[in-house]
Amino acid sequence: MTPTTPSGADPSTGERLSTQDPPLLVERSGEGETPRREPEGGSSPRGPRRRRELADLPPVVRYAICAGILGAAYLLPWVGRVPVIGPQIQTQGIDWPSALFNMSYFVLLALGLNVVVGFAGLLDLGYVGFFAVGAYTVAVLASPDSDLDQRWPWLACVPVAIGVCLFSGLLLGWPTLRLRGDYLAIVTLGFAEIIRVFADSSSLLRGDRGLGSIPHPPGNWSDGSPIFSVRDATPYYWLGLTLIVLMVLAVRNLKASRVGRSWLAIREDEEAAELMGVRTVRFKLWAFAIGAAIGGFGGVLFAGEQGFLNSATFQLMFSVLVLAGVVMGGSGSIPGAILGGALISYIPDRLRGVQIAGTDAFEYRFLIFGLMIIIIMIFRPQGLLPDRRRVATTQDQEER
Amino acid sequence: MTTRTMGNGQPASPGVPADRAAGPHGGNGPAPGTGREILARVDGVTLAFGGLTALDGVTFTVHEGEILGLIGPNGAGKTTFFNVLTGVHRPDEGRILLDGRPVTGLRKHMITRRGIARTFQNIRLFSGMTALENVMVGVDSRHRTSVPGALLRLPRHRHEEERARKNARALLEFVGIGRHSDQLARNLPYGEQRRLEIARALATEPRLLCLDEPAAGSTPSEKDQLLELIRATRDRGVTVLLIEHDMRLVMRVTDRIVVLDHGRVIADGAPEEIREDPQVVAAYLGVPTDAA
Ligand SMILES: Nc1ncnc2c1ncn2[C@@H]1O[C@H](COP(=O)(O)OP(=O)(O)O)[C@@H](O)[C@H]1O
Ligand SMILES: [Mg+2]
Repeated sequence: MTPTTPSGADPSTGERLSTQDPPLLVERSGEGETPRREPEGGSSPRGPRRRRELADLPPVVRYAICAGILGAAYLLPWVGRVPVIGPQIQTQGIDWPSALFNMSYFVLLALGLNVVVGFAGLLDLGYVGFFAVGAYTVAVLASPDSDLDQRWPWLACVPVAIGVCLFSGLLLGWPTLRLRGDYLAIVTLGFAEIIRVFADSSSLLRGDRGLGSIPHPPGNWSDGSPIFSVRDATPYYWLGLTLIVLMVLAVRNLKASRVGRSWLAIREDEEAAELMGVRTVRFKLWAFAIGAAIGGFGGVLFAGEQGFLNSATFQLMFSVLVLAGVVMGGSGSIPGAILGGALISYIPDRLRGVQIAGTDAFEYRFLIFGLMIIIIMIFRPQGLLPDRRRVATTQDQEER
Repeated sequence: MTTRTMGNGQPASPGVPADRAAGPHGGNGPAPGTGREILARVDGVTLAFGGLTALDGVTFTVHEGEILGLIGPNGAGKTTFFNVLTGVHRPDEGRILLDGRPVTGLRKHMITRRGIARTFQNIRLFSGMTALENVMVGVDSRHRTSVPGALLRLPRHRHEEERARKNARALLEFVGIGRHSDQLARNLPYGEQRRLEIARALATEPRLLCLDEPAAGSTPSEKDQLLELIRATRDRGVTVLLIEHDMRLVMRVTDRIVVLDHGRVIADGAPEEIREDPQVVAAYLGVPTDAA
């Protein structure tokens, strides 16, 4: 490839000016604007240190491992039966299936936010807004307290709620297309506040009186009792877990496609991306819409399990927590989002009922969180399960 | 726009690249620029940043299949011209036609689709993506798969994925960094990053490739390889617009040269004419004191 010999070039070219005559044109090249950087570490690129990864294993082994983890996840409600460590894992101040369910919708939220923040690099601080939109859509359509008085079954509400979320993702995305970083963060923060204030003051959403008696998803056990009920959150956890699996498959497909590459390119250098033909507007809107839809799935699940929503349900802290989960897990990494999302829910729930100096440890949850995040960021600045690219990038920066 | 017509700076004269046979190539590769077809026409492009007129009535033509050098001292407006050409800036006046149709005013990605691709003076790769992925982004500009197709892995998605991978690999081979396709762009040595930028630009299937100082920071042997690469690119049917400070390289590779100074075209002609042009020499030297 590309021979090193100057080949057919006429050696006498340029003789009269510049060639052996540095004062003229050559000398001024590269000055000022183009830094002359020599390739570091010789001419061959320094390979990033490779971690051993799931992706390096043969497919059969990989699928077996994934199936094993998934099977274990479905069996988690019975973790208490595992000797010695089982009871340590289980929560005390909240029943274990409910804690698992909480984890499942936080994981959904983290997966969705990871698309927006991790893939496309759009800092969204108002993500709880979409969670609220999803949950409220179900509540308004299904609750007998709602002025609409439609009393739809839960399942019928789901596609509508997801559609509304997609649309609200576009609604947020459209005016913020030109914004980045801090500016975008502030606007998205405002978006979540608008939704909260609307929930507070609109007669449709009934403020803190809220909307109750939201129906459960359909289905009966063989003895005729409903699968989904307030008595036991386990089926809700399984439903959440199933949704997580579907969302992971969807997000993975997107990531390994033109869409995912466009998102990454936008994250790296939006203008350069557009100059290389990336339709930045379209794909940024898609990132918001998909993030919103996944958050909406969390919302519909939450509405069904809780049976009641009011304006106090959706605090800004949700957004902050989910973002912390994404960052803790490793921004841009799907396994990271799953782990981070699970942790932000599990840790506070696990602290409930644990006494520290006469106070419930749950009261210290944010203190403990803060410490954890600081420790993680010191020892694993790319997150617990970082995206492979990010690892290499950050290591490289550290080595400089 | 300016009314100054200096040196060989007659705008758009189709006779400019005459005497090609006597050009510096000496029969290296197929005779370039033989067809006189005009690929792009730059017509009175003017752009001011506040009080600074960075481009002042820039007018010239680009012929199909030629390697056209764009030279001038630092700050002459060369990069700014690329920015106008690729849609980063909109000109205050004037327009640029590609195949007789204007590209000025189009969005950046649309200009790319029309067939103009570029590299950057200060490298702007997607540094956290692999070399292969960088080039695949370029190939993707010709693709249509969006979210539904990717979600459901529809046949078009799979076909386009395969095409993107195949074309990207071939282009990495073409620019000579095929063995590093899985390296992160930021981990490549500097010279290879420049090549990767060229591969990424070529991936968009341009008709006009704009290179902004591709040899900056390169060693002499890297420059020779680059020269071969530029010729090979032209031989693939891509017209090349080359900004380069290394006169030796420019003189060897270009068919014609346009000289910018303070945003104005001060000369336009064959390399050997440009070399002798007193205006050009003066522009490079600033005040013509120490005239070599
Ligand atoms: N975005 C910008 N805003 C303001 N001034 C600019 C901008 N881009 C370029 N310039 C100015 O325009 C002039 C031409 O710059 P440039 O096109 O980069 O020159 P060069 O020929 O070295 O590539 C310089 O004086 C530069 O400072
Ligand atoms: Mg420049």
